[in-house]
Parts: sequence; C-alpha cells; structure tokens
Amino acid sequence: MEQLFYSLLVMLLGVLSCVFYFVGSNWLLLLIYPVKHVSNVKMAQNIRRAAAIRPWLFLGPALFFLILYLVYPVFDSVYLSLHGRNGEEFVGLANYEWLFQDNEFLESLTNNILWLLIVPALSTFFGLIIAALTDRIRWGDFAKSLIFMPMAISFIGASIIWKFVYDYRAEGSDQIGLLNALVEYFGGTPQAWITLPFWNDIFLMVILIWIQTGFAMVILSAALRGIPEETVEAAVLDGANGFQIFFKILIPQIWTSIAVVWTTITILVLKVFDIVLAMTNGQWDTQVLANMMFDWMFRGGGDFGRGAAIAVIIMIAVIPVMIWNVRQANAQMEGR
Amino acid sequence: MANNKFSSGLMLSLRQLRRSPLMIVVHLSVLFLVILWTFPTAGLLISSFRDKDQLAVSGWWQSLSSSEQNIIGRTSAPDQQVLLDGKYVLSGTIEGFALQDTILRFGWTSKQPEAYQVNTIASMKNAGTLTVSSDGQYTMTSLVPFTGSRGKRVFYTQLTSPKFTLDNYVEVLNSEGIGQSFINSLTVTIPATIIPILIAAFAAYALSWMRLPGRGLLIALVVGLLVVPLQMSLIPLLQLYNTIGSYFGVSAKTYFGIWLAHTGFGLPLAIYLLRNYIAGLPKEIIESARVDGANDFEIFVKIILPLSFPALASFAIFQFLWVWNDLLVATVFLGNGEHELVLTGRLRELLGSRGGNWEILTASAFVSIAVPLTVFFTLQRYLVRGLLSGSVK
Repeated sequence: MEQLFYSLLVMLLGVLSCVFYFVGSNWLLLLIYPVKHVSNVKMAQNIRRAAAIRPWLFLGPALFFLILYLVYPVFDSVYLSLHGRNGEEFVGLANYEWLFQDNEFLESLTNNILWLLIVPALSTFFGLIIAALTDRIRWGDFAKSLIFMPMAISFIGASIIWKFVYDYRAEGSDQIGLLNALVEYFGGTPQAWITLPFWNDIFLMVILIWIQTGFAMVILSAALRGIPEETVEAAVLDGANGFQIFFKILIPQIWTSIAVVWTTITILVLKVFDIVLAMTNGQWDTQVLANMMFDWMFRGGGDFGRGAAIAVIIMIAVIPVMIWNVRQANAQMEGR
Repeated sequence: MANNKFSSGLMLSLRQLRRSPLMIVVHLSVLFLVILWTFPTAGLLISSFRDKDQLAVSGWWQSLSSSEQNIIGRTSAPDQQVLLDGKYVLSGTIEGFALQDTILRFGWTSKQPEAYQVNTIASMKNAGTLTVSSDGQYTMTSLVPFTGSRGKRVFYTQLTSPKFTLDNYVEVLNSEGIGQSFINSLTVTIPATIIPILIAAFAAYALSWMRLPGRGLLIALVVGLLVVPLQMSLIPLLQLYNTIGSYFGVSAKTYFGIWLAHTGFGLPLAIYLLRNYIAGLPKEIIESARVDGANDFEIFVKIILPLSFPALASFAIFQFLWVWNDLLVATVFLGNGEHELVLTGRLRELLGSRGGNWEILTASAFVSIAVPLTVFFTLQRYLVRGLLSGSVK
C-alpha cells in the first residue's frame, strides 16, 4: 500500500515535471523573445523566431525517448551482434555463422515460418467470417464483444487458460482438460498435447489466433460497414448470389484493411515470446526466435553477442513490413 | 413508378432473406463461434471457485453434478470409548466428514476401501464390528479395549455435492503473493500509462500543426518505429541501465527504470494515434485562434488538449492493457523481489512451481485478468476507436 502511494506520488511528480518542462520552456522562450512592450518590427521578428523554436521544444522529450529507447538500440544491437559475449572483442560474423549451424536456431526459424504462415491467415479468416456473420444479426454486437474479449487478456494468462484446456490425465482417470474430455467422448485416446512434436506448435498457435481474431474482426467489421450499399444493391439486381457478392464485391473493396490486419498480426507473431515461454519454454521442438533470444540474454550469465544476433534476425524479418507501412503512411498524408 | 415497384421488390427479397432458413444457420454458426471463444475463459473462471479436491478429479463442466470421491477419515480417539454390555464401543461422526455429503460405501482396510454398503455391519479383527450410516455416523465395537492415541482409520466413498468456495482466492492473495504482486503491477502500470500521454500529445501537435523542417521525415520515423521489435532494445538498454546503475551505485532494476522504458516503447503508437486525431481536427479552429493572437502553446493547452480527449482515452487504454499484460519488459528491467515481481511474472513462476495445482493457477490467473477485463468491458468503445485509427492503413 505504501508502495502504491509512493508510485502515485512519483506519477504526480512525473506529470508535474512534464508540465513544468513545457510551461517553463515556453516561459523562457517568451522571456528571450518578448512580444509585449516592444516595437512592432521587433514583435513580428520575435514571434517568427519563437515559432521556429517552439516545435522543437514540443518535440524534445518525445525525440529524446524515441532515440534513446528505439533508434540507438537498433544500431547498438547490430554492433553487439558483431562482438563477443560481453560486447568487447570484435568477432566479425562469427555469431551469425554459429546461428546458421545451430540446430535450435534452425528449429526456431522453421517454427517461426510456420507461425507466420498460419496465425495471420487463420486470424484474418476467422475475423472476416465473424465480422460478416455478426453484421446480419441483432445480437451481433454482443457476440463481437465476447469474441473480442481475449484481446484484453495477457499472453501468460491466456497460456494458463489454454494449458487448462489441454490438460492431460493418464488414461483411466477422469480428464479435467476440455480437449481430452472431448477426445475421449468421441472415442479417441487422450494425449499430452503440448509434448507432441509438430502438433504442439499448432496448439500454441491456437492461443494467439484466439487472441488476435478479435482484432481482425473489429478492423474488418468497420471496413465492411464502410462499403457503399449501392455496390451491393447493384450486384443483387444483377442476380449475384451470396458467395459472389462476398468474394467479388465485398472482399476487393476491403483489400487494404485485410492487408493491415495481416501485417499487424505478422509483426506480433515475430515477437511472440510469452506463450512459448509459459507453455513449453521451447521444449518438444516448439522453440521460436523471440524466446530463444530471451534465453540467450540470460543463459549461462548471458551471451549478448548471440542474443543481439537473434534480435537482428527478427529485425530483418520486420523490415519489409516497416517499409510498406511507411509508404502507406506517406501516401495517406499526401492525400490530405 | 416502375423503378419504385422494382426497389420495393428488392426490399421484399432482402426481408425474406432475413427470415429464410439461411438466417438460422447464421445464428447457429455465430453461437458456435461465441461458445468456442468464451468456453476456455469460462472454464478458468468456474474452476477458480471450485473446491480444490473436486477440481482435481472432475472437469469444470461437471461442477454442478455430484461426484464420487474416495476419502480416508478417522474415528474418535480411543479415550472416548465406553463399555456397553461387555463390549467396548466408539461412536460419533467420522472426523473430516462434511455434513452435506452422503456416504455410499465404506471399508476398514486400505486394500478394500469400499467393501461394505452403508448400514451393513463389517466384521473386523478380534470379533470387532464397524457400521457406518450415510450421514457419517459410525459405531465401532470390540471385545478388547481400543488402544493408541489416535482413532482408527475409516475408508469411505462419498457422493460429494458440488462445492463452491472463495478459499482459492484467499489462498493465492495471501500465501502465494498474488496480493503483493497486484500492488506491484499497479505500481508499474499507473505511471507508465500517464507519463507518455503528455509527452506524446505535445509531439503529436507539433507534427500536425506547426511549421517545422523535416516534418514528413519525422512522421515517417514514428511510423517506422511502430514496428521495431522490442527484442532489439533489450540488450542495449540492459547494458545502459547496468552502467548507469553501477555509476550511481544503485540497482539497475528499479521502478523508475521500467516506467521510462515503457514510456519509450509506448511513444510511437501514442504519437501516431494522437497525430492522426489531432491532424484531423478542423483547421478553422486553430487558425481563428492564431488570428486572435494565441501562440501555439496556448492553442495546444486551451483548445487541442480538451478536444483530443477521445484519442487520449484510446491510447491510455491501450497502454494500460499493454503494460499490465507485459511480461518481457518486466522480466528484463525489474527485479524478482517480493516488492517488485509483477502479476505476469508471478504467474510464470507459479506455472513452474505449482504447475499441477489448478486451484492456485486458475484463481491467480483470474485475479490478473480481472482488471484488464473490467477496463475492456467498460471502455470498449474507446478501445475499438483506437484500434481503428491506430493501425496503419
């Protein structure tokens, strides 16, 4: 409790120091370039000068944080990946050479590619189906809100929820995991699902799909609603059936939204870490890059060179999406 | 006229479509999907309220039906025995028996724990007898006195009525440290949500309405940084924190450090979201204020900030959910001590140490997801709005 009080106090201090910075710097600016009680020429000049400086005062703290916490680390990670475990001796590409003949890394890479193929595709697919279906029924908003709910749950919380679903009891005793109970009900043999190589990857992916479908649904539902009704009506008049309307009229019009959903989930998949850590910690052939990187940060006292090299690989995978995003944003701004 | 008739025909066909059997399929498939999506969480929630012995032996979907359970109880201690008609008698209620349950069968050896139906008489060694009734009453007789300090073991099978309890919550909040971690999580989350908002709002305004060389480039930088994986920042920042920590002779893992880290990591989204909103505000408002002689600082504080409330709320919710649910940043930048371990970190620890104790795991997990779920259901509107303007399109 005392600690909470302390944090509220710090929060207040933080907010106050932000306010102090912005108010104080503005006051200082007006002190240096006064606009009152000076000649008109001087005033115009001062206003212009102050207006040239003020944006940088506004941007200052944000730029400081962005550069220190995101820009500088990108370059430092590349630098570290070319150095030994403490970041001191230069080793050239040795860390990368090591990576590409390390079995765990190759396994992570394969698994990551599987994740990248399956999770965005299925999340988008389910999101689209649910968005299209719920748009036509009265309790659709309620249904959407329930399917959207897992978005609020932490990966680790979701892992516990699903570990309970996958729980396995030896044959003969009652299964308390939903999946094995269903399998048994339909006459199958219960399995310890998360120890079953290959299929366990799929069972871990289910968790992320379960979380991300809500996101896809929200974006795509808004996109579907934005479609002008005339296009659908025209198709109905021309005698198109439901499937034709969906695939030939609706889908092409929301194509950019689908791309947005797909790329956003792709980025998330590359960073997925908590789920694997909580469910298997990379055992039974489920390792992924982000978890392996985390592992190397601390394994045996930590190998920063190898850890950074894995991070760089993740970064390289992200770059195409980054470029696509920047181009989209630029195009959007020119339209304004 | 013909056109009118035609469109009313179209309306009719749409209305028919709504009533057609196809709609039943739509209703049913949505229902199926909703069940698929909510059952895992429902199972966790229901299980967390179940009695831990029942939770371990039956699925949560059976939690409302009675289940059979094998239990070992005890008679009273031998010093309670009385001498009746030349026999030593011990009687009473079996120790540990809960009155709402019903005993079905009993036995007196571990080899045959359910050999006798209730109300029948079991013969034991030395011409002794034991009888148990369904409400837990027993009578045990013997020709020789009972000895020892403790009562004899009685094995029985009972029909347990469903039991729901708050015990699991009481246990995790107190003895498993979830209560303390809850406070730790709040300590991390509140400042880490508030601090970035102000910083981002000023920057977003500058990037929307102020004349600034290289503005386009800066916006592109923010958009690019949106997707930079956190993994890139971990090692360099950890090193930096270690250096600063050892220079000042303090720990590298402090609340202050994690607040700043979350501020840095949250800023790209904050700036992007707020800029989208602020840039979309009507130009006339800002220009008329400028004509009235207000400088940018006044415009921002008096006009933009109040108008941007919906966008500020959207980002606040995002950042709150992200920080509360984060495990990675907390593990790297905050210690493992009792006063530092956040809920997600504690859950991870419990998964390792109490992996089979579902009563602990379910209750702990629910405590950790209760807060984000509350935020989610009360402020969903802002979250949806934020998602829609926050994804690059």
